[in-house]
Amino acid sequence: MATKAVRELPREEFIMPGTRSCAACGLMLTYRHALKALNHKKTIVAVPASCMTVLHGVYPITPVKVICINNPFAATGASASGLVAGLRAVGKEDYTVVAFAGDGGTYDIGIQALSGAFERGTNFIYVCYDNEGYMNTGTQRSSASPTGAITSTTPILAKLQQKKDMIGIVEAHGIPYVATASPAFPLDLYDKFRAAKDITGSRYIEVHAPCPPGWGFPNKDLIKMGKLAVETGIHVLFEIRDGNFKLTSRSLALAEKGRKKTVADYVKGQTRFKKISGEQIRALQEWTDRRWEEFLVRHEKRR
Amino acid sequence: MNNVRIITANTAAAIAAALCRVQVIAAYPITPQTPVTEELAEMVEKGELKAEYLTVESEHSAMASVIAASQVGARVFTATSANGLLYMHEMLHWAAGSRVPVVMACVNRGVGAPWTILNDQQDSISQRDTGWIQLYCRNSQEVLDTLVQAFRIAERSLLPVMVCYDGFVLSHASTPVEIPSQEEVDRLLPPYSTAMGISEGDFMNLNPLILSEPRQDSEGHLKPGYMDLRYRLQEDLLAAMETIQATDREFESIVGRGWGGLIWEYRMDDAEHALVSMGSLASESTLAADEMRKQGLRTGVVGVRAYRPFPSEALARALSGVATATVFEKDVSYGYSGALATDLKATLFDKGLRPRFHSYVAGLGGRDVRPEQLVQAAMEIITGTPGRGWIDVHG
Repeated sequence: MATKAVRELPREEFIMPGTRSCAACGLMLTYRHALKALNHKKTIVAVPASCMTVLHGVYPITPVKVICINNPFAATGASASGLVAGLRAVGKEDYTVVAFAGDGGTYDIGIQALSGAFERGTNFIYVCYDNEGYMNTGTQRSSASPTGAITSTTPILAKLQQKKDMIGIVEAHGIPYVATASPAFPLDLYDKFRAAKDITGSRYIEVHAPCPPGWGFPNKDLIKMGKLAVETGIHVLFEIRDGNFKLTSRSLALAEKGRKKTVADYVKGQTRFKKISGEQIRALQEWTDRRWEEFLVRHEKRR
Repeated sequence: MNNVRIITANTAAAIAAALCRVQVIAAYPITPQTPVTEELAEMVEKGELKAEYLTVESEHSAMASVIAASQVGARVFTATSANGLLYMHEMLHWAAGSRVPVVMACVNRGVGAPWTILNDQQDSISQRDTGWIQLYCRNSQEVLDTLVQAFRIAERSLLPVMVCYDGFVLSHASTPVEIPSQEEVDRLLPPYSTAMGISEGDFMNLNPLILSEPRQDSEGHLKPGYMDLRYRLQEDLLAAMETIQATDREFESIVGRGWGGLIWEYRMDDAEHALVSMGSLASESTLAADEMRKQGLRTGVVGVRAYRPFPSEALARALSGVATATVFEKDVSYGYSGALATDLKATLFDKGLRPRFHSYVAGLGGRDVRPEQLVQAAMEIITGTPGRGWIDVHG
């Protein structure tokens, strides 16, 4: 049953004032709603080196009411596997293990451990909050950065390659639940965490997390930027249960009626794209359109 | 009478882990460690050992997963060798910094490049500064007994313990080994660990970002900074010397065998010349000592069992009366000298001891070391004509 209104969300907050995340952080908003969807007393969050480490505060103060176990950058999938095995061994199987890694910790350095965990069918939820760069170390390029984006390691030419197809890689593992979400659509995000919580096996949720300092847009535009990403088809909201693909939320509405906005509408509000060429915009538009068409076909074929 | 079986050190290690009732095992295969994890997998699949067995995709992941399992309260075990151990390097620091009682068998093997699968101790020596307790074994019986002790030491001191034994020389050589009973092991090591764990509603943030300076928590209590925690690690590692000795004594009182705690001595009572080494090479040094005694040279052996923490007091005591000390080791700290020799020399200096001292690197990458070569090297010291410090080297 889909959550229809914000007032239906749990009122209790698990993130207290005083987090160390930046103002208008897409991750922070994601985490806030994700924790509402999970049973925070029976949840263990595994966190690699990332913005999430910073969000969780500097010892001995943490603003988050959850058991958090930090682990090294490359180890998230393996650490989560150890947590799941350890909890089984000590008879605490009723805990939910949730890994929360950035795109660097997922698409790049963490992909080995993630693939291993999925192949073993580890019973956990893996969340990738994708802010499209190594934001915690100052906006370096990751394989999730979009083409045409200036980062501190693609400072002059901007990124030349397209984003890695992480969803495709994850899906190829044949896990029971894969979904995308956005903090700009909190009800959809909440519902997907609730759905993932009740499924056994490996679950993957990829959240497109806009990053004002890394992308170069005003703090007040966080939600606007998140919505634009969905409305242009740059980020598509869907879920895949046992291989069955279904568009959700605004992406579903776009598929049924309405028109995608253009990539040009999305890139113009972000300083990271200030050097993007007309050719690169066309390439990004083509990439977006091709994916969108593929998703539409899969959505229509759904059982 | 306990059960005696003719087994390899690898089988002894697997049996020890099972006797310790490990709850989570994670490992990735590498020669010569592989039989340890294969045998444990078989025990788990047959239902003889109730444990979670994680077939991970790398050694980095093996160590990451046993650390995490330990943090939620499970007793954990892994094993590796050589490049696998090096691949764990980041996680070894993480284990010690997390203060988890992880126990690992390190089946010593030379490190590539170029590739070798044969024995030396360069792999574990390269990990000496990670904050782990390192124990070196001379034979398969000691491997089994030391692994049982290791869990007790780890859980008492909240420090990870690496039990090192020589690849092939011990890992694949069958010798008689007495297996302690489950009841005996349970007496030393309570079946369920309470060393770590989580509880509902107790929200912790383990291994968060930390500053160097101490800092107040929300209630105004001063909590340590990064450097204070590192100081604690150093102090606790040094204090573990007492735990290692006490555990060995306790093991002896239950099982009837002790291994000397930090070091062991062979014919050192009246020794004028000491041969110092670790692992199976120390065991072999006893043959050299016997030979030198036949030649009228009062020679003994000091075997280093605990390399970290380094047993300075015990070594100084053992070597206080000797005229010469010759170190043999299967490793080198490149650009200086053998690691054991370096550490031992520092200890002797601290204690004001000045025996004639020389060190030899031997047996790298499985090169055979014969007792007569050890005798010859020791004689170079005694006659005042030290060679270049590498036994049987060409080029």
